[in-house]
Amino acid sequence: MDVAHVSDAVNCERVSVRFTTERGTVTALENIDLTIPRGSFLTLLGPSGCGKSTLLRVMADLIEPSSGKISVLGDVPSVARRNREIGFVFQDSALLPWRNVMDNVTLPFQVGGGKSLPGARSPQDLLNLVGLAGWENALPHELSGGMRQRVAIARALVSGPKLLLMDEPFGALDEITRDRLNEELLQVWESTGTTIVFVTHSIYEAAFLGQQVLLLAARPGRVRELVPVTLPTPRRLAMRETTEFVTLAGTLRRILEGC
Amino acid sequence: MAADQAQAATMGGAFAEDLEAQARFMANKRYLARRRRVLPIVVLFAFLFLWWGAVELFDIKPFIAPSPVAVADVLYHRFGILMENLVPTVIEAVCGFLLGNFAAISFATLFVWRKTVEEALFPIAVMVNTIPVVAKAPILVLLLGNGVEPKIAIAAIICFFPTLVNMTRGLRDVRPEQIELMRILSATTSEVFFRIRVPNALPALFSSLKIASSTAVIGAIVGEWIGTTKGIGALIVQSTYNYDSPLLYATIVVGSTFSACFFGVVSLAERAMLRWNVAQNN
Repeated sequence: MDVAHVSDAVNCERVSVRFTTERGTVTALENIDLTIPRGSFLTLLGPSGCGKSTLLRVMADLIEPSSGKISVLGDVPSVARRNREIGFVFQDSALLPWRNVMDNVTLPFQVGGGKSLPGARSPQDLLNLVGLAGWENALPHELSGGMRQRVAIARALVSGPKLLLMDEPFGALDEITRDRLNEELLQVWESTGTTIVFVTHSIYEAAFLGQQVLLLAARPGRVRELVPVTLPTPRRLAMRETTEFVTLAGTLRRILEGC
Repeated sequence: MAADQAQAATMGGAFAEDLEAQARFMANKRYLARRRRVLPIVVLFAFLFLWWGAVELFDIKPFIAPSPVAVADVLYHRFGILMENLVPTVIEAVCGFLLGNFAAISFATLFVWRKTVEEALFPIAVMVNTIPVVAKAPILVLLLGNGVEPKIAIAAIICFFPTLVNMTRGLRDVRPEQIELMRILSATTSEVFFRIRVPNALPALFSSLKIASSTAVIGAIVGEWIGTTKGIGALIVQSTYNYDSPLLYATIVVGSTFSACFFGVVSLAERAMLRWNVAQNN
């Protein structure tokens, strides 16, 4: 095995991000040290303003760190991005309203030299996977919020990314839809083997989805604690009523309250 | 409504069969559609009737205000002359519309490409826009002569500014996530422009094109007031000087009808090109 193959999905060493505005300099992230192994599922949990989304955007090469070192899939983030190895799901689905479902999912093939990606997946298979078979010709405004997020997930997966970054993707959905999508996301993760980093402000979502939960503290954003989740797999929604889950959620809540 | 459609889409099984209620619903919908079409026509004829009655009753002189019957008579018997004068106005308005909007779209593209271009040129565009059209007309006639050129130029200038402002805003005000998405996909600047910025600008562009379709005709008509003998504008001036008010009114009817048709064509184009947006807003 070559070195690149065994490298971590993400590796941060003392990563800091500072923004300068006319009102002064804000430290969004301070000295983040973090290693995310390939194939794992990490949830980022923290209060608003703790830099969860900023950290995700640093991994996606949307924001450059002010100091520190970050490598994504064994190289600097821009290489991973240009190799189209990163998928991103936004809180608001960010679908293009003038394109139907199928054209939104195939957008990654039409830009950025995406015609022949080695890991490309069949858009139709992905739409089937996220339960949207038969909706190929619908326009985004004809879909519910949950369906739009399913399309966004299919679009993020179509290039066959090795790292899937999700920024509060189910934050705007009702609880029933969110629960169902949580369960389905775990199935997607198991069937694709993609590394997933998932930002949320819901304790239950963080505990239910992650193999590890990274808790961040706010102002400045820094690592509070990395909590391993020992719940058995595959996870089912009913698991949230077990003593083990309730205890874990309680632990996370106490750490958060101390932030 | 989008929300209703989404509901319908996700809750397909929630609809029960109730033919009677369905029939009542459809009948009501048809009635509302019919009312929307018939009502303005009824009001128009009522107004024409009142106008005709007032002219007859108070014995108003034709050179002050003609009876609608006299206007209709001119529309029928002097149709040839009216059409002869409509043709140059149509050519000027359409050419000016195309030219002015093409220039505005090009400049908007430049503005979005380089902010410095906007900073250098936009204040000048604002200044030119403050000159009243009746003042631009003689300047352009002096510059371009008595032919169709100054009329086209006036129509173009009058279209230019609204489209420039709307198109610049439409190209620039893109949702930040869409730009982030394109960056994650490593899209080039031109891919971002054609696949995100242009479609995003189309609703704003069509809003200003609809305004421009009417103002282009006004620009051409005002241009014809000076130094020409052909066109709707020239006919308006001539009939006014001759106290031929039936001809004046008939000329206005012809000009407005053309303007409305032009607006209709642009609206149809909008419907065809912006199916996603039209449906979203209804």
